[in-house]
Amino acid sequence: MMSVDASAIVKVSEVSLRYPNGTEALNGVSLDVPKGELVTLLGPSGCGKTSLLKIIAGLLQPSSGEIRINDRISRAPGPDRALVFQDFALMPWATVLRNVAFGLELRGLSRASRQAEAKRYIAEVGLAGSEYKYPHELSGGMRQRAGLARALAVNAEVLMMDEPFSAVDEQMRRKLQEDLLDLLRRERKTVIFVTHSIEEAVYLSDRIVLLSRNPGRVMRVVKPGFRRDTNESDIRRDPRYQDIIDDIWTSLKGYLN
Amino acid sequence: MKVSFKTAISLAIWAATWEIAGRYFGNDFFPPLSAIIRADVDLLSLPTFWAALGNTAHSFGIGIALAVIVGVPLGVLIGCSEVADKLSNTWINIFISAPLTAVVPALIPLLGIGEATVIATVFLFSVWIIVLDTQAGIRRVGASLVDMSKVFGATRRQRFFLILLPGALPEILTGIRLGVVRGIKGVIIGQIIVSLLGFGAMFQDFLQGFSMTRFWGLIAIVFLLSFVLVELVAVIERRVEFYAPSR
Repeated sequence: MMSVDASAIVKVSEVSLRYPNGTEALNGVSLDVPKGELVTLLGPSGCGKTSLLKIIAGLLQPSSGEIRINDRISRAPGPDRALVFQDFALMPWATVLRNVAFGLELRGLSRASRQAEAKRYIAEVGLAGSEYKYPHELSGGMRQRAGLARALAVNAEVLMMDEPFSAVDEQMRRKLQEDLLDLLRRERKTVIFVTHSIEEAVYLSDRIVLLSRNPGRVMRVVKPGFRRDTNESDIRRDPRYQDIIDDIWTSLKGYLN
Repeated sequence: MKVSFKTAISLAIWAATWEIAGRYFGNDFFPPLSAIIRADVDLLSLPTFWAALGNTAHSFGIGIALAVIVGVPLGVLIGCSEVADKLSNTWINIFISAPLTAVVPALIPLLGIGEATVIATVFLFSVWIIVLDTQAGIRRVGASLVDMSKVFGATRRQRFFLILLPGALPEILTGIRLGVVRGIKGVIIGQIIVSLLGFGAMFQDFLQGFSMTRFWGLIAIVFLLSFVLVELVAVIERRVEFYAPSR
């Protein structure tokens, strides 16, 4: 476990979101994301978890409330945050190398230095050898590895992931989850992860923020408490793993109808 | 290979039919294909032909270039802005379906009996489809690609050149190809109405002098040129086609 007093790098205070048609998507959501932790936003569809992530990313403006990154109010995207997209959001006309280097290209790095940096992260996520392939030549899992490498390449402190593994098949998803934990052990990032899969949340997270829906509110926060240095497959064999899944399922069940 | 073989067969049958029809049922107004090919060889040796070709290419080139320079940014604007779309949508759809040939004579008092009128005709014929297709292309660029560029800190300029333009390129090229098709119609129609310039003047001369074989010969050359020109754009279009389904 991370130390309990780790300072919050992302602070969400009383964030509400109301759509122009009057629907309330989020109501008074407050949460802290401690440095170095993986925090998951979990809830039924329509709980506003993706909207909340977009607000933290600066892509969406809350109707009220504020976001602080490292104690500074944030209203727009910044170099301190990077996002991994559910649908990968790779440029289909560009190679893996250019896609991964895109954040650095936007920052005006020279071609040589951004490509060297991108190649390092391409290898890091296990895509070495695919540098000059186009996204349509890759499987879903490989595309998301490229999306992850692009987010890592800009070296942001906060990595946000919006249901990153929901568009790949079950076995690939497990592999990507294991690889993500392995990677985070080396890269030391703060991660905000959105998913609708309870198993995924329990397996990956240091803490899980359960959101209710209509409107989205923080229902409770769960800390699975598995040691991050244990073997990836040991987590799934831990008896507490199933208990926590059942506990969360009991909390969420009431919201499905 | 299979396709080009079929194309060759279809062209051969078509040519044979024309030849037979021309020989047995034809007259001075409808010569057989072989006579037209001989007329073409003859035409290619005329300095007036090359002058007309140069003149036509000049008017066409300027007209199409203007249509692209105006049409693509206008299409991007309309594709990005709800307001611009609402303001211009009806007008563009009127212009795109209108028989613009009727407008050309009205251009003459404004622009004179000369190349300016022909260039304006090419422009008016081709610009609208380029605007419309560019707009459609911009709409096809996924919202998450735009979000992605924002998250990674793209400026407006970077978003335009690195995301929107390449994202819309398949449709932009389709628009330009269709614009070229319309522009070729425009240049010939403009020249015929002005009737002093380029191929239009040659068509008039041949018709008035009843040299029908030459008239048809020139038509064959113009058809062939426009086919080649459109295919050239299509070649570029096919090179970006691979990413069209996945934006």
